[in-house]
Amino acid sequence: MIEVDRLTKNYGSLLAVDNISFQVNKGEILGFLGPNGAGKSTTMKMLSCFIHPTGGTARIGGKDILTDSISVRKILGYLPESAPSYKNMTVLEFLEFIAQTRGFSGQEKSDRVERIIDLTTLESARYQTIDTLSKGFRQRVGFAQALIHDPPVLILDEPTDGLDPNQKQEVRALIQRMAEEKAIILSTHILEEMEAVCTRAIIINQGKIVADGAPQTLLTHSRVFNAVTLKLPHRLEDATTQSLLKLENVNDVKTVAPSQTGEDYVVQVFPNKKQDILGQVKDLLNSNNIEISEIYREKGYMDEVFRHLTLGG
Amino acid sequence: MAQITTLIKRELMSYFYSPVAYVFIKIFLLSTVGTPFFLGNFLNTKQASREIFFLFHPWLYLFLIPAIGMGLWAEERNTGTIELLFTLPISMIQAVVSKFLAGWIFIGIALLLTFPIILTVNYLGEPDNGVIFASYLGSFLMAGAYLVITCVTSALTRNQVISFILSVIVCFIMVLLGWGIFANIMNKMFPVWLTDIISTASFSTHFNSISRGIIDSRDLIFFLSIIGGGLIINALILETKKGS
Ligand SMILES: Nc1ncnc2c1ncn2[C@@H]1O[C@H](COP(=O)(O)OP(=O)(O)OP(=O)(O)O)[C@@H](O)[C@H]1O
Ligand SMILES: [Mg+2]
Repeated sequence: MIEVDRLTKNYGSLLAVDNISFQVNKGEILGFLGPNGAGKSTTMKMLSCFIHPTGGTARIGGKDILTDSISVRKILGYLPESAPSYKNMTVLEFLEFIAQTRGFSGQEKSDRVERIIDLTTLESARYQTIDTLSKGFRQRVGFAQALIHDPPVLILDEPTDGLDPNQKQEVRALIQRMAEEKAIILSTHILEEMEAVCTRAIIINQGKIVADGAPQTLLTHSRVFNAVTLKLPHRLEDATTQSLLKLENVNDVKTVAPSQTGEDYVVQVFPNKKQDILGQVKDLLNSNNIEISEIYREKGYMDEVFRHLTLGG
Repeated sequence: MAQITTLIKRELMSYFYSPVAYVFIKIFLLSTVGTPFFLGNFLNTKQASREIFFLFHPWLYLFLIPAIGMGLWAEERNTGTIELLFTLPISMIQAVVSKFLAGWIFIGIALLLTFPIILTVNYLGEPDNGVIFASYLGSFLMAGAYLVITCVTSALTRNQVISFILSVIVCFIMVLLGWGIFANIMNKMFPVWLTDIISTASFSTHFNSISRGIIDSRDLIFFLSIIGGGLIINALILETKKGS
């Protein structure tokens, strides 16, 4: 549905987006991550035909953003960063205005507006001037505006920004419900959100793609991925550490810290090449009759992966 | 077409949501009525007040039109709604034309509201309906030319004050070009034929010619091409500036 082809954007001497290419298919929810100023919004602005790329192009639903931008805009729902809207209109007036410019009139227009007000829980704010809405409600109006024509492609720049935890949850659920029929790109700074919602994530840093894959795949970049964490009531004896180190696939054993509860000693066993060593470690500890209060395999930490990829640390 | 209507409607609504519209209409009515009464009596001329009423339009518009038009694009850029507007399936030309038309319609409404006054003022005289109509038409066309200049300066900057000042300056020059004193000064510096060409580019020259009651196609074409050219420049500026 979305094919991005060597897209580039310069602002003067600043290279905001540097030759990026990727594709998004129907049914995918692509999370766009990256530090502030990485080029997420700039990429989304080019895809939504708001700004012209300096180089490269993209096709959305087969239509080129450069040569057929009106057709692209017809099949696209776009939520700009910080959800701008005409502040002196009421929610209802604003949504009707968007519906009309999208070519709906009469009963169909009203039906669509009603459905979207219901979907984004804006009922209580229907006759309120957007000016007087709270930030979260304004964000919802922006979200509603992007959905009014039920577009096959959605581009959402920080859709849950400013929403309360319940609303965040609701918007995420809504995005997931719609996903089957659509290709969706959303940007976010919330890593848990990406893990919970997205089928795939792209991390971009200084205009370049530094990682592209399913959240689980990204987690394998984590330093602790597949490490085995042990919680023990007593200090681990040196002899046991030595025999752990002698295991075929074990690379390192580290005493992390006495854990927060103050009771346990925490030890992490790191594998060679991130292999699964849980079984081996368990067997060894069992055969040595070592008392453990907890043992589990680490799934990796997204924040650590993110930091590693974007700071190069 | 339906989209242009929708855009115009929204724009007009936003005029009437803001106090600017009412202030504008009040000032417009007060000053259009005030000038002929004060200056008409003061000068004690035989001229009908109507002529003086229209005589001052170029000067009235000089401040009033930049004031209502300064925010047209500057505001959209400032609040980010421009990103919303230009990601809707509407073309640049549609957007530019509808914003201009909305402003022009608004000025038209204000101008129409002066009509009862003009009738009263002329009650005792012998109103020449043809001349009145021509004067209104001329004034409306000239207002469009002022407005298109304001649209352009409004697209140039996010700052409404800068947009206002720029457009007052440009409009002032466009009025001044046809002014007698100005022409005399220029006659001393340039050959007469050059001065003539420059003064034909003036708003007031064409406006005065229409408001004498003779609707000359050259005057109509002048204002309409200023408007058309201005809208094209407006679109080109937005195309390069909208994202910055
Ligand atoms: N109109 C502009 N003129 C000049 N530079 C710009 C402009 N818009 C963005 N930039 C620059 O381009 C870079 C990318 O900005 P962008 O808004 O795409 O970042 P982002 O990834 O969306 O960041 P954030 O997480 O803060 O939203 C930044 O360095 C920014 O300063
Ligand atoms: Mg951004």
